[in-house]
Amino acid sequence: MSRRIVILSAGLSQPSTTRLLADRIGQAVQAQITGRGESAEMEVVELKDLAIDLATAMTTGGMPTPRLARVRETVSAADGIVAVSPVFTASYSGLFKMFFDVLDPEALNGMPVIIAATAGTPRHSLVLDHAIRPLFTYLRAVVVPTGVFAATEDFGDGEAGRTLTSRIHRAAAEFATLVLAEKIGVEGFAPIADVKKRVSGIQIDRAVTPFMDMLQEHVKHRDPGRGQQ
Amino acid sequence: MQFGIFSVGDVTIDPVTGRMPSESERLKAMMKYALKAEEVGLDVFATGEHHNPPFVPSSPTTMLGWIAARTERLQLSTATTLITTNDPVKIAEDFSVLQHLADGRVDLMMGRGNTGPVYPWFGKDIRKGLPLAVENYHLLRRLWREKVVDWEGQFRTPLRGFTLAPAPLDDTPPFVWHGSIRSPEIAEQAAFYGDGFFHNHIFWNKEHTQQMVELYRSRFEHYGHGSADQAIVGLGGQVFMRKNSQDAVREFRPYFDNAPVYGHGPSLEEFTQMTPLTVGSPEQVIERTLGFADYAGHYQRQLFLVDHAGLPEDVVLEQIEILGTEVVPVLRREFEARRPSHVPSDPPGHAALAAQGPNSRHRQVMPAANLDAVA
Repeated sequence: MSRRIVILSAGLSQPSTTRLLADRIGQAVQAQITGRGESAEMEVVELKDLAIDLATAMTTGGMPTPRLARVRETVSAADGIVAVSPVFTASYSGLFKMFFDVLDPEALNGMPVIIAATAGTPRHSLVLDHAIRPLFTYLRAVVVPTGVFAATEDFGDGEAGRTLTSRIHRAAAEFATLVLAEKIGVEGFAPIADVKKRVSGIQIDRAVTPFMDMLQEHVKHRDPGRGQQ
Repeated sequence: MQFGIFSVGDVTIDPVTGRMPSESERLKAMMKYALKAEEVGLDVFATGEHHNPPFVPSSPTTMLGWIAARTERLQLSTATTLITTNDPVKIAEDFSVLQHLADGRVDLMMGRGNTGPVYPWFGKDIRKGLPLAVENYHLLRRLWREKVVDWEGQFRTPLRGFTLAPAPLDDTPPFVWHGSIRSPEIAEQAAFYGDGFFHNHIFWNKEHTQQMVELYRSRFEHYGHGSADQAIVGLGGQVFMRKNSQDAVREFRPYFDNAPVYGHGPSLEEFTQMTPLTVGSPEQVIERTLGFADYAGHYQRQLFLVDHAGLPEDVVLEQIEILGTEVVPVLRREFEARRPSHVPSDPPGHAALAAQGPNSRHRQVMPAANLDAVA
């Protein structure tokens, strides 16, 4: 079974440093998954291409455009995501946040995630753990311990460059372990909730709770129910 | 099939003239639209309910009572009545009185309301919106159907030996719709009781509306009220018309661009493509509206939004006139020609429901056929 990995890049320029980092992480993830005898299909989503769609959703009370609807379904159906943002004004970019703001709160349940960010200076590196990690924790995604932060100097060939490469590989290895993990546990000993059940918010859930189950707690046994005139 | 207009009741500045109507002018204008609707042969007028500025319809049955006294045939309805923050007892009383005064020309649509701060003003919590809709509506059904009600629920002070006065006209409760844009639970609720389901339709893409209506239809059949295609469906629509479509687009664009809900967002062209909004000639409106049945199935009520975003009163009256004289007569003919004989044309009205007698399904609190199986 091939795993589907979605890479979300919030870079704006062309070519962009953020996309460059996203691609390097993507290659490392591919190598880690194939190295364990499995295959991975990678899909890159440039959030810049969704900027107008996101603005439309924001100004219409959440109406998804066809393109945004497709991406939301793709993301919720993924086996793992790589999320990369440039640091703008001491945090993730507004575009990056807008995308996660339009997702259903249940859209990323149990989703393995690598978080990564780019910036002009290493002094922004805590953005990963102070802004991006809590965002995914709120959405009940599972963020790997190693975050990948790359300042401009990390793209050089010195010590900084070598440690960036090792961070990428460590994050990819942690990620591959999560993506390929099988659900384990013995039925009957403890309730095993499906922590990966997700709601894209695009398709209506047809497995609706039967109405009597919704009504039950509101009607006491005194309620004569049907038919009484 | 029934056609009519529904109004949000927003007081919005006219972006072309810069003129802001007073609350009084807006209320009176809504009344004129209702009278115009009857004059030009439309079937339904429905008002929204809001409890915060910039909206004026905070007391819908006062407005509908006024209209009832000045009309003969028009069906009076709501879009929507807040089943969450209103006391079900007061809803039962208000609409019971209205039924008597309007000789039964009354139905109503349940909705939850999505403005958080309004809930605490009425002692409620928006996070309980769905349970409130479930409990309050069940109580409302009992108030309209049982002579003496003993009630204890989670949200309202208990009732002991309560009898509704006045009882519904001919002991026949008004027909009820449930409106929801994206909650499957509300489609399920409408289906469970065999009530109508209305999709606002106008702010969302058709794929979404289609899914919600399909869910309601399949659950309507599941609960034994009839086949899925016999379920009672209503849809919203939003139009602006001129003889030449270019004139319609030119005139409507500033109102669209500054509209309270979607203004300053997508372009008129994009929004027209994604939603049912149709700005053009009456022929274009006819063609687009007929297409609604292609994805929602044969349905029973079509309501148009024509009076929002600061459109001036004379323009709105013209729009209602065009609907009544040029659009709806064609829609009636075309929709009926396509409708299979086993699918009802209209939602159940008072005379039909009253004629079904005291043992009819409509008079039962829970008429679902397979209750024993699900309970």
